[in-house]
Amino acid sequence: MASLNTYRSGPDEGGHFGQFGGRFVAETLMPLILEVERAYTAAKADPSFQTEIDYFAKHYVGRPSPLYYAERITEHLRRGGKGAKVYFKRDELNHTGAHKINNCMGQILLARRMGKRRIIAETGAGQHGVATATVCARFDLPCVIYMGVEDIERQKPNVFRMKLLGARVVPVTSGSRTLKDAMNEALRDWVANVDNTFYIIGTAAGPHPYPAMVRDFQSVIGNEVREQIMEMEGRGPDSLVACIGGGSNAIGLFHPFLDDKDVRMFGVEAAGLGLDTDKHAASLTGGRPGVLHGNRTYLLQSDDGQILEAHSISAGLDYPGIGPEHSWLKETGRVEYVSATDDEALEAFKSCARLEGILPALEPAHALAFVKKLAPSLPKDHLLVMNLCGRGDKDVFTVAEALGTEI
Amino acid sequence: MSPSGAKSRLEQRFAELKAQGRGGLITFTTAGDPTFESCLELVRGLPDAGVDVIELGMPFSDPMADGPAIQASSLRALGAGMTLAKTLDLVRRFREKDEQTPIILMGYYNPIYSYGVEAFLSDAKRAGVDGLIVVDLPPEEDAELCLPALKADLHWIRLATPTTDDKRVPTVLANTSGFVYYVSIMGITGTRTAQADVVRVAVERLKRHTELPIAVGFGIRTPEHAANIARVADAAVVGSAMVERIKGGLDSEGRPRPGMVPDVLGFVRALAAGVRKARNG
Repeated sequence: MASLNTYRSGPDEGGHFGQFGGRFVAETLMPLILEVERAYTAAKADPSFQTEIDYFAKHYVGRPSPLYYAERITEHLRRGGKGAKVYFKRDELNHTGAHKINNCMGQILLARRMGKRRIIAETGAGQHGVATATVCARFDLPCVIYMGVEDIERQKPNVFRMKLLGARVVPVTSGSRTLKDAMNEALRDWVANVDNTFYIIGTAAGPHPYPAMVRDFQSVIGNEVREQIMEMEGRGPDSLVACIGGGSNAIGLFHPFLDDKDVRMFGVEAAGLGLDTDKHAASLTGGRPGVLHGNRTYLLQSDDGQILEAHSISAGLDYPGIGPEHSWLKETGRVEYVSATDDEALEAFKSCARLEGILPALEPAHALAFVKKLAPSLPKDHLLVMNLCGRGDKDVFTVAEALGTEI
Repeated sequence: MSPSGAKSRLEQRFAELKAQGRGGLITFTTAGDPTFESCLELVRGLPDAGVDVIELGMPFSDPMADGPAIQASSLRALGAGMTLAKTLDLVRRFREKDEQTPIILMGYYNPIYSYGVEAFLSDAKRAGVDGLIVVDLPPEEDAELCLPALKADLHWIRLATPTTDDKRVPTVLANTSGFVYYVSIMGITGTRTAQADVVRVAVERLKRHTELPIAVGFGIRTPEHAANIARVADAAVVGSAMVERIKGGLDSEGRPRPGMVPDVLGFVRALAAGVRKARNG
């Protein structure tokens, strides 16, 4: 496909990125979706909205997050006079331990502007649920979190955190009992409570305007990287790497750089037990376009168009779809999409802990697994930035189990 | 009006109802629930039991607008190997013995998108489908399936809801044909029950905008309630109560017990009797 003048102008008026995106929702929700879009457009045009976000980003979330030269990983990956200089964008140092709060802060401030009195959200790993429960506590709004019973079992510490923060966690027993079903259940709640409820979607997916709105709130990541690397290296990055579940941390890192033609970008999907098995979560590599949860995007699905269960050791990547902008960036060829298996992610998790003294979440451990493959062949002056989008405290039980260790 | 100009099965049926001075009964069941054969037997019995329009659900793994009863029916059907192609086959088998009763397919877009829009429309038309209700395709996405369906001479039945305000009603009605399906509650199927007097106001509001018949559904569970709705609307739709009745007729392995189909048809007869005496009771 011919390269475009800009990759940053989407979506169009109907919420489309090329053929992807859109507004595939029931009529009950449609007036509300349009209302969210109007409110968000107005907020974007109002400088006081950004001022408010900036205030809480700085004083509550702890932004800017550091850009850190991962010297020992870099040395570890160097051989034969080659090996890129690896930087970590430390979004795991945010309040609540992941990038998710960037989006939650933006959305709850919008919900307040709209006068909504009740917040709902879905969660897989629990990071988005915790971030949502956190901002709800801070702004004194009742919070209901939908979470699949499978995930509740895998992520007990986060369930307890949400409860401590005052949220009601509703176990979802329908379908495959994971993230996609939690999203279905949140949508069902929303249909029944449109008058007073705002749905804080956790990733850059869902009906328009969510993919664009979540991207905008997460773009703080890439915007900071641009400034920070200029300060540290006097120039921009050569490549960017981020893990992809729904894709919000990746789009937040990539989007500000999409028109920097020399910057290569890699989205790393979860290959689970392997792409040649049916136990993975790589919707771009192993799926095809379809319509689910309000947008057209790549989906894991059967020949009959039934949605399949995803699998990943990382609950946060365990989703059979992906944000529509990534589907478009794949088709245009602007971003390269690759994958890492459960085992590769575990290895990366261990080396990050030993070499850098950082326990990464299993999600960015997938990104690091790919960095380990990519960096050694690149020149020494190649600047590679990886989004370390979450910390691994939540995953120690999963990792222990995978390593066969009793805690 | 049917896009082809001649009166469609669906228009013919609503014209008959009008002539008889009564509201109609529409039942929803999920195609292939719990098996293809039991479903075919049930659907074949519906017209004699008093159903005026048959609505068949196209099973989907992620039915976002449906409550637990219809979700479960979808999973039962999929678990028994139901596919969209088999749903069309079910309609074709029904049509071998019934040329009059309109059949509407209701469901979600992805299985149709996966099947291929053009192939689906021509196969559906050939099988004897009369119209489509696709929950996750609002007017904003009409280019996807609505406009091609109208061109293929299938009715496009749209849902109007309590959140569809006067300003939005014309948008919703613009490409609607056959009838308008008024969702009487805010919420998913089978959860709440609307009061007839609230529904009356809503139907009157829609009637100011359209000549199309108005069917009312979501939360209609009993013959009495169906009768109350049929008094104020052109038809009442019963869905969750139907699939719960089917579920009640399954054995512990999820197979239909011998009496399942007659029991469901008995329930349908009671609904039909309620609807029929509504306006002269």
